[in-house]
Amino acid sequence: MIDVKRRVFLKGSAAAGAVVAAAGAGLIAPQAVLAEWNEAAFRSKSVADAVKAVTGTDASVESADIKIKAPEIAENGAVVPVSVSSSIAGVTAISILAASNPSPMVASFALGETTVADVSTRIKMGKTGDVIAVVQAGDKVYTAKKEVKVTIGGCGG
Amino acid sequence: MAKSSIKLRAKVKNGVTTVKALMSHPMETGQRKNKKTGEKIPEHFIQEVVGTYNGKVVITTSWSGGVSKDPYLSFSFKGGANGETVTVSWSDNKGGSDTKDVKIKGKK
Repeated sequence: MIDVKRRVFLKGSAAAGAVVAAAGAGLIAPQAVLAEWNEAAFRSKSVADAVKAVTGTDASVESADIKIKAPEIAENGAVVPVSVSSSIAGVTAISILAASNPSPMVASFALGETTVADVSTRIKMGKTGDVIAVVQAGDKVYTAKKEVKVTIGGCGG
Repeated sequence: MAKSSIKLRAKVKNGVTTVKALMSHPMETGQRKNKKTGEKIPEHFIQEVVGTYNGKVVITTSWSGGVSKDPYLSFSFKGGANGETVTVSWSDNKGGSDTKDVKIKGKK
């Protein structure tokens, strides 16, 4: 008789536990994949493909009005500070690519109307190569590049 | 989350507000290997960072695993005044996210 009661009790508590677990799972369920994240651009293996995927065109012009601030020699490729600024009017987007990385597309910034065309971040670089900035203004695409020498790679373990 | 993963500063000077954000995140590319097992460490990186000022989006950032671990982001926008709010939020490819508000400091 005692055994039966114990069994009922265990069943009951197990069921309650399951409900709590289910509620918890609901709370931390992953969000739907972001539609805005440009899968094609970030998965591209070549600079040309990535630029085309992000800007929608392969007609770009080299511009002296884009400034890339990055070290000439990066001792640690895992952390390369990069700033991109531009004096071109009406910049809507800035992208940063590392030409020698397996996936060159590193970061892309969509700017609001009041946002200044000046962004900074830190990127990984596998080996020495060009850092390329792609600036979109209106329907025009401008690019600039700067070589960064990497002494210790930042990709791979 | 007890402690925010974002460190955030916003300063206004000469009519331009500069926002600096430092997030703590592993930023795995998916190409690094576990040295002991030889297995690839699955990718885990921040995909999107959104900066808003007074409820208006000023920057939408898309990132890949090519951004350094514990990523840093700085941007600036015209306007902003002492005491107004800037919000930065990130979301990663595994459904993780965090958000933080900060009051703008400084004189116009």
